[in-house]
Amino acid sequence: MADVPVFGVIKKGEYFDSVTLMLVAKKIGETEGVVDSAVVMGTLENKSILEASGLMTAEFEKARDTDLLIAVKTGGKEIAEDVFQKVDIYLKDVRKSDRSALEFSPKSVESALKLMPDANMALISLAGKYAGDEAMKSLRKGLHVMLFSDNVPLEKEIELKKYARNNGLIVMGPDCGTAIINGIPLAFANAVNRGDIGVVAAAGTGLQEVTSIISNEGAGISQAIGTGGRDMKKEVGGMMFIEGMNALARDGSTNVILLVSKPPHPDVLKKLLGHIKKVRKPVVAVFLGGDNDLLERDGIHTASTLEEAALRAVAISKYEARYENLNDVSGEMKIAMLMREASRYMQGLESVAERLKTSRSKIAHRAFDESKKMKTGQKYLRGLFSGGTFASEAQLIFKELAGEVYSNIPLKPKLKLKNPLKSERNTVIDLGEDEFTVGRAHPMIDYSLRNKRIMEEALDPEVAVILLDLVIGYGSNMKPLEDIVPAIRQAMQTAAGDGRRLAVITSVTGTDKDPQNRAAVIKGLEEAGAMVMTTNAAAAQFAGHIVKILGGGRLGGGK
Amino acid sequence: MSINDLFNNELKVVNIGLKSFKEDLERVNVRSVHMDWKPSFDLAPGVMDTLQTHSSEIEKANEKAVKIILNGKPFLTGIEKALEVIPGMKKNLILHAGPPVTWEKMCGPMRGAVIGALLYEGMADNPEDARKKAASGEVEFSPCHEHRTVGPMAGIVSASMPVFTLRNEEYGNSAYCTMNEGLGKVLRYGAYGEEVIRKMKWMETVLYPVIKKALVKTGRIDLKNIIAQALHMGDEVHNRNRAATSLLYRLLAPAIIRTAGDPQDSARVLEFIHGNDHFFLNLSMPACKATLDAARNIASSSLAVVMTRNGAEFGVQLSGTGDEWFTGAAMVPDALFFPGFTKADANPDIGDSSITETNGLGGFAIAAAPAIVQFVGGSANDAMNYTLAMYEIAAGENNAYQIPYLDFRGTPTGIDAVKVVEKGILPFIDTGVAHKEPGVGQVGAGVLSAPPEPFSKAVEGLAKKL
Repeated sequence: MADVPVFGVIKKGEYFDSVTLMLVAKKIGETEGVVDSAVVMGTLENKSILEASGLMTAEFEKARDTDLLIAVKTGGKEIAEDVFQKVDIYLKDVRKSDRSALEFSPKSVESALKLMPDANMALISLAGKYAGDEAMKSLRKGLHVMLFSDNVPLEKEIELKKYARNNGLIVMGPDCGTAIINGIPLAFANAVNRGDIGVVAAAGTGLQEVTSIISNEGAGISQAIGTGGRDMKKEVGGMMFIEGMNALARDGSTNVILLVSKPPHPDVLKKLLGHIKKVRKPVVAVFLGGDNDLLERDGIHTASTLEEAALRAVAISKYEARYENLNDVSGEMKIAMLMREASRYMQGLESVAERLKTSRSKIAHRAFDESKKMKTGQKYLRGLFSGGTFASEAQLIFKELAGEVYSNIPLKPKLKLKNPLKSERNTVIDLGEDEFTVGRAHPMIDYSLRNKRIMEEALDPEVAVILLDLVIGYGSNMKPLEDIVPAIRQAMQTAAGDGRRLAVITSVTGTDKDPQNRAAVIKGLEEAGAMVMTTNAAAAQFAGHIVKILGGGRLGGGK
Repeated sequence: MSINDLFNNELKVVNIGLKSFKEDLERVNVRSVHMDWKPSFDLAPGVMDTLQTHSSEIEKANEKAVKIILNGKPFLTGIEKALEVIPGMKKNLILHAGPPVTWEKMCGPMRGAVIGALLYEGMADNPEDARKKAASGEVEFSPCHEHRTVGPMAGIVSASMPVFTLRNEEYGNSAYCTMNEGLGKVLRYGAYGEEVIRKMKWMETVLYPVIKKALVKTGRIDLKNIIAQALHMGDEVHNRNRAATSLLYRLLAPAIIRTAGDPQDSARVLEFIHGNDHFFLNLSMPACKATLDAARNIASSSLAVVMTRNGAEFGVQLSGTGDEWFTGAAMVPDALFFPGFTKADANPDIGDSSITETNGLGGFAIAAAPAIVQFVGGSANDAMNYTLAMYEIAAGENNAYQIPYLDFRGTPTGIDAVKVVEKGILPFIDTGVAHKEPGVGQVGAGVLSAPPEPFSKAVEGLAKKL
């Protein structure tokens, strides 16, 4: 397509936020005759994206941050002119509806605080290069910060977190997609019960998964603090993870603390353990893929999956609740009751282990049945994830069961996909990575890229399993079934046309109180032919067993 | 508030970025404010750091400048021939609106007005002759602003034109402005036909002496007082001057009748003022000029003392950068056009009248003028939001000029160029629109934001002096 010309216009000094521009870009992308198009601000980053996607023009080189760039790749100049006009109309509509808003929108933190002097949190989702400065302004005004934005420079993150720590404030993020503070879901989060389990997570979808499971199990969340994945790196030193945990340790409404992360840097882990020792509340930790020995030696409850961690926290929470009731009794009676509660406590934890074991063996049996439906030659897994933590967890589980997995976020460097757009053997893709999200909404909102990929994978005769995640709740796609079911149906039909049975396996992260309603989403998916598992871990186990039985594993790992 | 205090208090959120997050918060009944964020302007490397390092110094300087602006007491003291009063005025000098511009680069309406002025002065026999003279170097050009003068649209001032003389009684400085010619074919929009020159001659021979005598009778007139009252009566004294003109009329009428001599003359003069709702514009402008000039040359101050346009470029001067001009291309206003005209007919922004915005009036006070909100989107609320946004870049609030609807809050006054650049919010101007060809006249009225470039350059210039 290199010979199709690119037409471009620059609009000077017209700032629009990226979401508005994405919506406009989506609309003009649908215009007939348009091969490709972009509507972006003229930042360096955006220019490199235009360069990469073959939409750069000489004129754009000179554009500045505050210039709006419109690029259209099309054979006809008239089509381009038409698109430019359309963009004008769309943007004018946006401006108009913005301007006519009855409410006055302040333009700075200072004037926002004039309107709401007792504000206590800034929720920041600007482009990364700007977000850090606004976060600092907010902190200086005494606001806690949730920094949704990614691409905030590491030095900026450290500066922000040091300032926050010295001033008793919290910075959740950068790249913190989710948090639940005082029962309020922030950004991407689920409507969960309130309760006594406090969560600190350096893994966004991990936080959503554990809080949803806890709520679905009938327990609840006191606070769920996100820190952003980089917090546990050596450079940041777990500053906010530790501050968050200590705040939960002091919090009267929190009885159990649940920590979720990828394995922290050894220095950070050491520092963290020093703090955990001082916490006089039970602590459950899931450091996906990490070594649990060190933690267990310090009396920390550990887990190897998000599911296990959530269930353990629930079991302890139930015990803790009863423990509180013992305040009214004393003497031998109290000791006897304590002993009884302690044994119940152990039983509770054991029952979690028992339950997981049963569930695993059921999954293995079901996998056996499922594998029998496959055509010879079908043997590989294709995992297409919208949540990064899920993609990691799936690789860990799959590796244990069946073998190594190629990925754009691999467990080992040698398993890195050469081209993230092209799967190899067993592959797990995190569609939330930058290479997929630049200039596009997150895959939890916009399913189109994943749907396209599902179709591509369905054409591959070696594919046995398509493993998905579906994250519902605030912030994410409000009509998930409408957007994903056609892709699932079409994929299965395509395979069936070739005499193949395609196993589409997914979990649904969320609750029945979420606006999309988890039960309704599960029902819709099952009607479409997908197999819905209770958790991401269970879904990955199911997929792992099937591939193992079909002989698609090997390549190192596997048992 | 510590993290644990946060856990024990109602969550209240400032949302900066995606608007959908605010909508989600509303859905779960969380109180929140959405911030309409814009990026800072591009600046030369290091400039923002320099400004931040010197922020308290800049702030102090601005406080001083704002105080001077608020203390300003502009009075109308009389009316004289330009040659007699305007500093540096010469027979072959023509003053124009905006930053400096050569004849070659002048836009259509300004060239037309220059031709008209040369014909009016008798320095040229016909338009062709005037063009030659203007191009020959025989005629000199200089911005009004460099001569304590302001002029609407083309802003052309020549030696024999009568000009109002104003004095800022607090600081002793003067300001000058011609009389407003009314609507239709007029010099300030670049018309130079016979009827234009005839009207100007009438203004010189009848209007000027009548008003001059009347002003002797009335004595000095407090313009700040009139503007303050007019804001309570629906003017913002840039695009709407109806109330202020009426107030002035009430003051002048008895004096004119008593002093004019010929009752026909006094009637015609009163009819002329009555028939021109913008008569007061040529007083609100120099009143602002007199007020702002007193705040010039305060070291380190980032306050704008001039914003002006010559139809090609938009120019800014800061208090802390002396007489240096910082310019960028002028834009075409977003306007409501008179029947038969479109944006394609419009000349880029022109005139010294944006001195009103520089002094916290005009677009900055649009919330006081509900009658002209059709220029800004149609609802009184739109107008109010424009004024509210201008508080973000203002260094202070006016002590005399108030917005009734905002509980008589003072208008946003004193444009801080650093805030403009940092917050990415541009001064908002409501203005008349000229046809790009000379002599056609006004084609509409509308609004626009100042271009970013002059402000970026201005703070870069200031940073060099810090």
